[in-house]
Amino acid sequence: MADLYLALIVGAFVGTAAGYLGSIMVSRRMALVGDALSHVALPGLAIGLMLNFNPFIGAFAFLAVAAVLTWHIQKRTTLPMEAIIGVIFVLALAIGILITPQVDLLDALFGDISTVNLTDLIITVPVSLLVVMITRAIYDRLVLTMVSGELAMSSGVNVERINLAYLLLVAVIVAIGIKEVGTLLVGAVVIVPAAAARMVGTSLRRYSLMSASFGLISALSGILISGFSGLPAGPMVVISGAAIFAVMLSVRRISPIFHVPVQR
Amino acid sequence: MDEALSVSGLCVKVQGRTLLDGVGFSAKKGETMAIVGPNGSGKTTLFRALLGIVPYTGEVKWGSGKKIGYVPQSLISTDLPISVEEFLRFKCKAGLDRCIGYVGLHKDVLGQQLGSLSGGQLQRVLIAWVIVDNPDILLMDEPTSGVDIGSEEPIYQKVTQLKKSMGMTVLLISHNLHVVMHYSDHLLALNRRQTFYGPTSGLSSSRILGLMYGSTSGIKGLERHSRRPFR
Repeated sequence: MADLYLALIVGAFVGTAAGYLGSIMVSRRMALVGDALSHVALPGLAIGLMLNFNPFIGAFAFLAVAAVLTWHIQKRTTLPMEAIIGVIFVLALAIGILITPQVDLLDALFGDISTVNLTDLIITVPVSLLVVMITRAIYDRLVLTMVSGELAMSSGVNVERINLAYLLLVAVIVAIGIKEVGTLLVGAVVIVPAAAARMVGTSLRRYSLMSASFGLISALSGILISGFSGLPAGPMVVISGAAIFAVMLSVRRISPIFHVPVQR
Repeated sequence: MDEALSVSGLCVKVQGRTLLDGVGFSAKKGETMAIVGPNGSGKTTLFRALLGIVPYTGEVKWGSGKKIGYVPQSLISTDLPISVEEFLRFKCKAGLDRCIGYVGLHKDVLGQQLGSLSGGQLQRVLIAWVIVDNPDILLMDEPTSGVDIGSEEPIYQKVTQLKKSMGMTVLLISHNLHVVMHYSDHLLALNRRQTFYGPTSGLSSSRILGLMYGSTSGIKGLERHSRRPFR
């Protein structure tokens, strides 16, 4: 039972932070970037497992390097961010598969929140809080760069620095999310709550708060269902999120107050 | 009259390509300067240099304590559930009703999403965003591109009103002969280099069209097509 409580606490913090940051990722049309970045973590996880240190540290190190590399290449070329991450991610995935011990590969790919320990809790809770606080602090500037990069620059926003901070935040959230749902499904914890919130979010504030709340609800419900049914937690978290998405889609169809206007 | 902006010997090179070469002009307080030239002539690059977005050589001297406002051609993305009020609040927390009223919009617009506004409304919101903190100089890059003809004229009339009441200097990029002739005091024509700089009054419409399109051929036909349907 103590393990379930630990899993619930870790899941709640990671789910909320991922949902909150995800609201920016979906709006930047970068929903699948988190998914691609998650694969970059695989070699880091493998090295952590092989050398007997916390795999989160290894995953984060690889993700941070990939984020800085992406930012650097984007500054110097006209390649879209998706293409740059695509190249880096397949390379990392290939290296990861080569070096990850066969026995641990499944855990790395699918995660297992039921095995969280106190060290994971000590790392993920403050890190999640930090992600939420930093995202909140730069949220307006991130949104302004999305609305118009030139408008942001002319208002004194350092767009390059904001983009780097954003990519590093994505790297952190992906690294800690891997423990909850694994490498293959971590993209879902940032995409699904935000996509559900986008269905009914009629203002920026409401959208971001709903995205964070849906992240929290899907993490808690997924872990609880897993705890009582014995089914793996990762897929249950994702399925819970997808169920919220389906409900929001129906609510939006039924209730005219949630109708988001069609873009010009 | 105070000098709001003085530029001399301005050059912009990007990856070895010269985008602007030896541009020099000055703008006085309360005047409107139209910047014209064919596509790719460096008009937007000039604004980007003035705003410090691209590196340049030469001298750009703003009048002391001048606050600059910038209205881009259009927004990159309005695909966000962001209301007009939230957008304006990025810049200013109070006086939004007053500000939206200045640009001729009803305060009900504050609750609407940016993505649901018409082209004319969106441009007015952009102008509201810029004037909300009382700039001294307004840089407008084709502020009515994509706006229907009926909404265009009220926007320029509103800018002229604001300019008079707030004493703003306006630098305006435009491809519209009517706007250039009726709303600008000075004209700066670019084609990578500066091809003309001087008062607008006294210039014939065919001369202005020649400067706008970087050519003197076919000007008569262009002039006929550029006549405004209103007035």
